[in-house]
Amino acid sequence: MVKDEKGGLEVPKVRTKDLIEKFNLELVSGEEGINRPITTSDISRPGIEMAGYFTYYPAERIQLLGKTELSFFEKLSPEDKKVRMEKLCTDITPGIIVSRGLEVPAELIEASERNSVPVMRSNMKTTRLSSRLTNYLESKLAPTTAVHGVLVDVYGVGVLITGKSGVGKSETALELVKRGHRLVADDCVEIRQEDQDILVGSAPELIEHLLEIRGLGIINVMTLFGAGAVRPHKRISLVIDLELWDPKKQYDRLGLEEEKVKIIDTELTKLTIPVRPGRNLAVIIEVAAMNFRLKRMGMNAAEEFSARLTDAIEDSEHDYE
Amino acid sequence: MAEKIFKVTAESGIHARPATMLVQAASKFDSDINLEYNGKTVNLKSIMGVMSLGIPQGAEIKIVAEGSDAAEAIASLTETLTKEGLAQ
Repeated sequence: MVKDEKGGLEVPKVRTKDLIEKFNLELVSGEEGINRPITTSDISRPGIEMAGYFTYYPAERIQLLGKTELSFFEKLSPEDKKVRMEKLCTDITPGIIVSRGLEVPAELIEASERNSVPVMRSNMKTTRLSSRLTNYLESKLAPTTAVHGVLVDVYGVGVLITGKSGVGKSETALELVKRGHRLVADDCVEIRQEDQDILVGSAPELIEHLLEIRGLGIINVMTLFGAGAVRPHKRISLVIDLELWDPKKQYDRLGLEEEKVKIIDTELTKLTIPVRPGRNLAVIIEVAAMNFRLKRMGMNAAEEFSARLTDAIEDSEHDYE
Repeated sequence: MAEKIFKVTAESGIHARPATMLVQAASKFDSDINLEYNGKTVNLKSIMGVMSLGIPQGAEIKIVAEGSDAAEAIASLTETLTKEGLAQ
């Protein structure tokens, strides 16, 4: 186990055995090593290493041997074959995959058994397998975080509702679900950053589909409202922070400026909505989501109004000239 | 900031009822209180968050409090945890 920056124990996110399961790989040898962690989504095709150049050998990556590498390997002398396969199987190599269902060289099986490096075989073509492996590893190794909040899909916009405990996040989510929107996660949202700036939120498995409402307890939104009321994950586009109405604080009255909040490395638009009895939060959030979509389509009511006001003021200035 | 590491002793781990008790104890304080387990951090004032971790017996958990009453919060939570036989 590796200690992460915060000093907590970090569990490896993906191991070689996960690949075997996911891609239905045949385990040829080196079974002792199937619990090795995979730390990078890069895949290596060790062609130049087969030729004897190991100076920059990326040993920590999954190694993929296709037709090119193996047919070249066949041409080597028995001595070279042994040495190079031995060098390929280091104690940090998470695994070696042979594609196209090709035969695994005896030298590789020997070396892998000695160093407990799992050797696996797939029937898929090399390039296709390589891109599928990269995609899978990228999604598994993406940076993640957990946020205290509720994630709902409102008119197709992923809205993350945050705010202090007891401010009414879950109750608002319930009202939104009742109005036909979808719940993704209540109280604890696991967020994964995919690509550069895409945040995808989902619920921890244990509390999927559940909502906790004070006075009612835990309710299951899926069984109560049907399969259409939930969804497993959703890209987050908007953050709505609920806070108790503070009479001394200035809230946004125009909507001309956009506040931002940073989650992992991605900036999201954030709206702060004051909560007061009698304010229908679900409607406000529905409108916020629709307004967000309108802005994305290039229609900004606040800016249009501001331009109209500028024109009106300029016109009346002429009257005084 | 105050923090403390505990080892869960309760046979059924931090199950629904004990989680509720813990959350209620934490909610009395103004400080931000977080619970860390297995590389995950959740808000200790959130019942669903605490339960989503599924903490078993023997697990090591860390409670971190940040705010004006952080020290009192940790002291009170320690008392709750030991008194209920949940963790040491």
